[in-house]
This record gives sequence, C-alpha cells and structure tokens, in this order.
Amino acid sequence: MTPPAHAAHLAQLNVARLRHPLDDPRIAPFVELLDPVNAAADGSPGFVWRLVEDGAADATALRPAGEDVIVNLSVWENQEALWDFAYRSGHLEAMRRRREWFERHVEAHLVLWWIPAGHVPTVAEAMDRLADLRAHGPSPRAFTFASSYTVAEAAGHPEAMAPNAG
Amino acid sequence: MIAVLQDPVRRRLYEYVAAQGREVGRNEAAEAAGVARTLAAHHLDRLTEAGLLESGSRRLTGRSGPGAGRPAKVYTRARVERSVSLPARDYRTAAELLAEVAEQAGLDAGLCAAARRRGEALRGSGAPCGGLEEAMEVLAARGYEPHLEGGLGGSGGPGGPGGSGVAEGAAGAVGASGPGGEAAATAQEGVPVVRMRNCPFHAVAERFPPLVCGMNLALLEGLLGVDGPVRARMDARPGECCVVVEASKSNAD
Repeated sequence: MTPPAHAAHLAQLNVARLRHPLDDPRIAPFVELLDPVNAAADGSPGFVWRLVEDGAADATALRPAGEDVIVNLSVWENQEALWDFAYRSGHLEAMRRRREWFERHVEAHLVLWWIPAGHVPTVAEAMDRLADLRAHGPSPRAFTFASSYTVAEAAGHPEAMAPNAG
Repeated sequence: MIAVLQDPVRRRLYEYVAAQGREVGRNEAAEAAGVARTLAAHHLDRLTEAGLLESGSRRLTGRSGPGAGRPAKVYTRARVERSVSLPARDYRTAAELLAEVAEQAGLDAGLCAAARRRGEALRGSGAPCGGLEEAMEVLAARGYEPHLEGGLGGSGGPGGPGGSGVAEGAAGAVGASGPGGEAAATAQEGVPVVRMRNCPFHAVAERFPPLVCGMNLALLEGLLGVDGPVRARMDARPGECCVVVEASKSNAD
C-alpha cells in the first residue's frame, strides 16, 4: 500500500564547515542573513519544522558534526517546497556566497529522506542518513535533489522511512 | 516547428502570449495582434498543436455559477524548451558537464569573474546602463523577457492594449512613473524593479542553482555596470530569473 502523499514529509539535513568562527568579521555577512532567511523559511509554503537550539533562534551553536561544522535540519511537505525555498527565495543569495564562508565539501553535504508526517527527526537520525548517503550513494533511505525518490518509491522500501533503521 | 512561426500573424500572437506570462484569451490576443478573433483563434490553435502554446479553459470574468457564461479558451506558452541547431550541436551537455566540475571544484569565484568580464565585453561602450528603460532593452535582446513590476500601484500586468513587444509597453510604463520613481524608492512596495520571466540558462541553473545563478548575476552586473544608475541584484522567486534590476540607491541624489 502506498500511503497518501500528505502522510509523508521530507526531511533535510545539510552540513557546512565554517572557514572562520561565527564571530569572525569575515562571517558577519552570513550571520546577518540568518534571521531574515530563517524567517523566510518559517513563512515559506510547505515549511513544517526546523531545528533550533533551546532558547535560541537557530541551530548554529549546535555542532553535532564537528566543532567548526554548522548544521541545518528541517522538515518540508514535499521536495518542491524545499527546492523553492532553497533556490528560489532570499536563501539563494546566501547560497551564492557560500564559498566565502564555508569550505568546499568533498563528501555529500546535503541529504534528504522521507519521514512519516508528524515525526520530528533527531540530529542523530539525520547524521545517520548523511552517513548512509556517503557510504552507499543515493537510495530511498537517503538521497539528494539530483537523485531524488518520490514518497511512493520510498514506500516500496519499508526501511526508507523507518526512523531507527540502519 | 520553425515553419509554424513563419507566418507573421502567428508569430505576433506567439510573442504576445509568451510575453504576458499568464493565460491569454482569444479576444485579447486578437486585439494585440491586430487581427480578427476567428483568425487569431485559428493561429492560436495551430500553435497549440505544434506544442509551442498550451491551452486550457477558464472563466475570464471571475464570475461563476449561472450567468457566468461558457468558459473561454486561454493560452500560455508551453513550458517545454525547444532548440534548433543545424548541424546538430549539443552545448547543453557540455554546459552541464562543465558546471558539474566547476561545482565540485568550487570554482564559483573564477566563473563569476569570467562572467563579469563577458558582460562588460558585451556592453561594449564604457558607460554603464543609463536607466531601467535601457536595461529592459538590453535584457530583452538577450532573451530575459523583462517586465516592470511595482511603481505603478500594482504588480499585475495591465491586460490592456499594446503591441507584441513587452519592452515597448513596459518602457512606456517606466516613462509614466518618470523621475518621481526616485521619491518612491524609499517605500518598499512602490519601487519599480525589472523582473525577468525567462532564465536563458534554465536547464543548468536548475541543476546547479547557486553556481549558475551567481554566474548569471555577475554577467548582468558586467552588462549593466555596477556603479551606474541601475544595479542588478539577486531576488529569486519561483518560476522567474533570479535577478532583478532596479535604480541604484546611490543614484537617488
């Protein structure tokens, strides 16, 4: 049985290695973009949830992937909604300047996967999906924009949406 | 497909519909092309059969229920991309491969520098672009399909009269807002900006957005100049080019 599309949401994690500490003047233009871009995300069609540190406006102080690696973990109704926010909103300007602030990635730095609607992904789960993508390449369990899987495709693989699989 | 556009009336109709960026009814298209409704309908349907337009039906008046009348046939430009190359060339694969490698190697800065130089070379003369009107002509010539938004008390394009060229109609609109445009530049809503319906790099931009959109911005900065009366900046929206052109803030005094 294929679950209806609204029963699944798309989770995304991306990691970015800072070239300088967040309080460095060279990173200031990025820090200035955080609040407006996060506000734009919160107001975007199809936005469901994003990770924030307790008592903070964002997740930049959480460093689960390394001392100089910031993470972005969020949930969207579908892939189009996430794509439009990532590349067709004020977020694109931040993406355009990414080389000024972040190291180039040799490994995958973005991973997408389907979750049951209502599930809030944990950082550990997200890191697990990224590790899966890096180790095995794109699959219904862990994929990218360029190698994406639909909800229906993921539903054909019971492990794809199981939060604790792997 | 080229043959389909050979007929001048048909070509005017196609260009009009494409330039509107919304659904266009037969009456409106006929008026714009200066032909009778039945002739326009014939050509619009030929264009649809050839896959250059898409058609649907819509109640244009916004009324519904009894008395609203029969739904009218409306046309939009087909989203599918067409290209003709004789003899066969495949620049798209080359572009995608080069972009993939540039992305992996993190060559954004070098690509943007090259794009800016290319824009400057295309501009030719030393002077930066003189205003929004001129910018629209330059952008139209490069296939961006520019249209003016804001500064006219509404963002929706007037469905009114006009020739086949969007540049003509919108350039008139720039003139209408006149030098007073600068006074409006303080209010966010009233600021006229040139937006572009077409991304000439669409296929590669979809695959490598930050890289290719950054390249596009740099190209336009070179083309229009960065220290003149207008400036290009990134303001991405779904379904349009990621760049807008507006009056430079420093130029207001």
